[in-house]
Amino acid sequence: MTTPPAARPPEIHKEPSMLLQKNMLADYFTRVSKAREEGKKIAYTFVPGNLTELLHAFDVVPVYPEINALQNGMRKRSAKFILDAEKIGHSEDVCTYVKADLGMLLNGNVGPTGEIIPEPDILLLSYTGCFTFMKWFEILKQHYPKAEVVMLQVPYQGEGTPTPAMREYIVRQLRESVIPAFERISGHRFEEDRLREQLRRSAEAEEGLVFALQSARRRPSPIDAYFGGVYYIGPMFTAFRGTPECVDYYDTLREEIQNRIDAHAGPITPEGPMAEEKYRLIVEGPPNWTHFREFWKLFYDEGAVVVASTYTKVGGLYDQGFRHNPDDPLGTLADYCMGCYTNLNLPTRVELIEKYIRDFEADGFLINSIKSCNSFSSGQLLILRELERRTGKPGGFFESDLVDPRYFSAANIKNRLESYLQMLDQRRSQAVA
Amino acid sequence: MGYTLGIDLGSTTTKAILLDANDRIVGRGLTNTRSNYEVATAVAESEAKINAHFTFLKEAVDSSPKLSSQAAPLLNNLENRFHLVQHLHRVNRLRRQCLFEAAADRLLPHQPRLTTVLNALFDQIHERAERSFSTADVDRSRFFRDIVGSEYMALAEEQSRESSIALDLLMGLYDKSILVEENQVLDLSFVEAIQQAVEAAGESETLTRVQQKALREVVEEAASQTLEVDNMVGTGYGRQRLPFRKDQIRSEILCHGLGAHYFFPGTRTVLDIGGQDTKAIQVDSQGIVTSFQMNDRCAAGCGRYLGYIADELNLGLHQLGPLALQAKRPVRITSTCTVFAGAELRERLSMGDAREDILDGLHRAIILRAMSLLARSGGITDEFTFTGGVAKNPAAVRALTRLVEENYGTMKINIHPDSIFTGAVGAALYARHTQGGIA
Repeated sequence: MTTPPAARPPEIHKEPSMLLQKNMLADYFTRVSKAREEGKKIAYTFVPGNLTELLHAFDVVPVYPEINALQNGMRKRSAKFILDAEKIGHSEDVCTYVKADLGMLLNGNVGPTGEIIPEPDILLLSYTGCFTFMKWFEILKQHYPKAEVVMLQVPYQGEGTPTPAMREYIVRQLRESVIPAFERISGHRFEEDRLREQLRRSAEAEEGLVFALQSARRRPSPIDAYFGGVYYIGPMFTAFRGTPECVDYYDTLREEIQNRIDAHAGPITPEGPMAEEKYRLIVEGPPNWTHFREFWKLFYDEGAVVVASTYTKVGGLYDQGFRHNPDDPLGTLADYCMGCYTNLNLPTRVELIEKYIRDFEADGFLINSIKSCNSFSSGQLLILRELERRTGKPGGFFESDLVDPRYFSAANIKNRLESYLQMLDQRRSQAVA
Repeated sequence: MGYTLGIDLGSTTTKAILLDANDRIVGRGLTNTRSNYEVATAVAESEAKINAHFTFLKEAVDSSPKLSSQAAPLLNNLENRFHLVQHLHRVNRLRRQCLFEAAADRLLPHQPRLTTVLNALFDQIHERAERSFSTADVDRSRFFRDIVGSEYMALAEEQSRESSIALDLLMGLYDKSILVEENQVLDLSFVEAIQQAVEAAGESETLTRVQQKALREVVEEAASQTLEVDNMVGTGYGRQRLPFRKDQIRSEILCHGLGAHYFFPGTRTVLDIGGQDTKAIQVDSQGIVTSFQMNDRCAAGCGRYLGYIADELNLGLHQLGPLALQAKRPVRITSTCTVFAGAELRERLSMGDAREDILDGLHRAIILRAMSLLARSGGITDEFTFTGGVAKNPAAVRALTRLVEENYGTMKINIHPDSIFTGAVGAALYARHTQGGIA
């Protein structure tokens, strides 16, 4: 038996935009940890349907429990947190983002970068298709009895299209309950112009994100729209949207991708530039964070590039034309909330993925089904069948979890992916023959 | 054109298939060596080649006017003797290994009694083998480790009672030595072994001189056939560690699909229940996989489930199915979690349920899990082919037949006697047709 050569820590390749984002995140977590000292208020809120621009307009610092959970997952901290949450009575089947978050809380609320995340002054709950969000904040409320809970009811897109009444319903809630609550807690009056300024910058940055996402239509694709994509959506989906830094980030990203387009180069993987684009895939569902790099490696080792993904739309479907509109500040927030991927019904999801398969000339599509996320996972097999029927492209199905490392079985997932890609190969050669 | 070889590295066994230029199976090899995949591959390959020589021998005997009248008993006897020669060779190797282990410094106080005891023990294993291999129906499903292991243990118990050597010490020596033995390829060529077998057969059989001469000739001819392997493909878990090129490695999903198509060209849905995973595969009219599902978050309901139950009941794996078929009042068991099923088994036994009734329920539970995987992969389309080690289990087959009928109506369910080789057949086909260019 051959022994593998002694392991040397491999050099990890990162794009300039990734390094920039890393610094942005570090600064952000420092800002969060010092918010109290600086007399700022803190709001915990969720990524889908987040009202970051509005929070910034009140000088409130946003904290995203989902982001903390996934960052902790990537940093291999989530396993202990999950076990600690289970210890106090949360079942094995509960969303692992929730448990990772609670576990962090139970361990002194030390965030992913090692800095303490202060308690919230307000829990802003934009309900955008995930029922667990409500329960999550219900539990947090017990731990933070002083925090005020403000709920924004976002109508689910059960019929596929938002109606004017739905839009009006959200705007009214913003005006009548969300804004007054933030005025009360922050001590600042609502200034619509401040919000408009934020939204203007959001729209500018959104152009940059869409440029990045659409670049994957090229052959070879200069980006991986899933594994790389989760980095590209980072600033946009979280605490940076509407800030000048966010605009700068997307300028850097645009330049970097343009350079690769000019050089006819593929995506940058942690092991350097990707050699050959052999398969173009679409992915539905969030990635596994605890084995993120390992999961990615399974793809790039085989020459598989993800050219579009739905997970990169949970914080907004910018690629489908939505832009924050500074001329209609509250209306645009309503549109944004309703249009997040998590708030879409099954037929709309199928249509979107079908469009991706065609527009991005994909060879096939994969679904990563998350064990602890019923909201995302239910209906995925129906999506699979329907897409196969409509496009004739084969679908593959994986099972893992968000941040619970116990549900990532590397050998099995590798086996599935390899089998899937070999199946694509075979079908290709059959089509030629 | 020469032969192609397909190797399927399983969690329980490693399988090898040798196909001739016309895609006809000429050799099958099966080994339970699994601690080292390279050795397992080499062992399975050499077994397949030996089996191929027997295939040629059978053809030669059948077409020999002097021998064809006695073909069946003659070949059977020859094969038994051949395996005896092989077996004794391994017994001797194991004996040497045990003696080597026994010569360790720390065991010096036990010498020379230990050597005497070991020699006596192996002499008896030797004698017993000569007797058991001469019977007409040798159980080929048993591996060297199984046969020798149980004999060694029984004899070691006797020896430890009669001598002052502790049983633990004797078993420890065996455990160490069998691992070494299993991780070696047999250093005995087909020609050497068959010649010894022919001599022994010639003495025992009532063959005329003319027939004996004819036998030597056909054996010589069969043994002289070279088995040039043009290409090989490996599949199964651990395939990445094989010393194969990347293009010589195929996923077992594809291999099972193609293998099932080889045995039954009408196949559209394949269910494979192996030791550590269950696969539901849909194939097109060419045997090309169009979609598949397998378990990857939890391995409940795999072949290992039955292995565990067999251990719990102190039964051989092959005894489970026939016993479950005798169920009179089947028990409903729904848990497919292996460990829970074990707990339920003990609970039911303590409540007085009959072993066969519980076993029936356990077989149904494992098939229920497979049904859910099949549904996920797109259901069952006629014809339906069942493969993998569990396809050999009659109770699993009965449960599957019933549940398919209930859920999908009547359809043709195929199970091939060589179903355990399905993946290896697919691999061997890929080995041939990758060269030809279809894959």
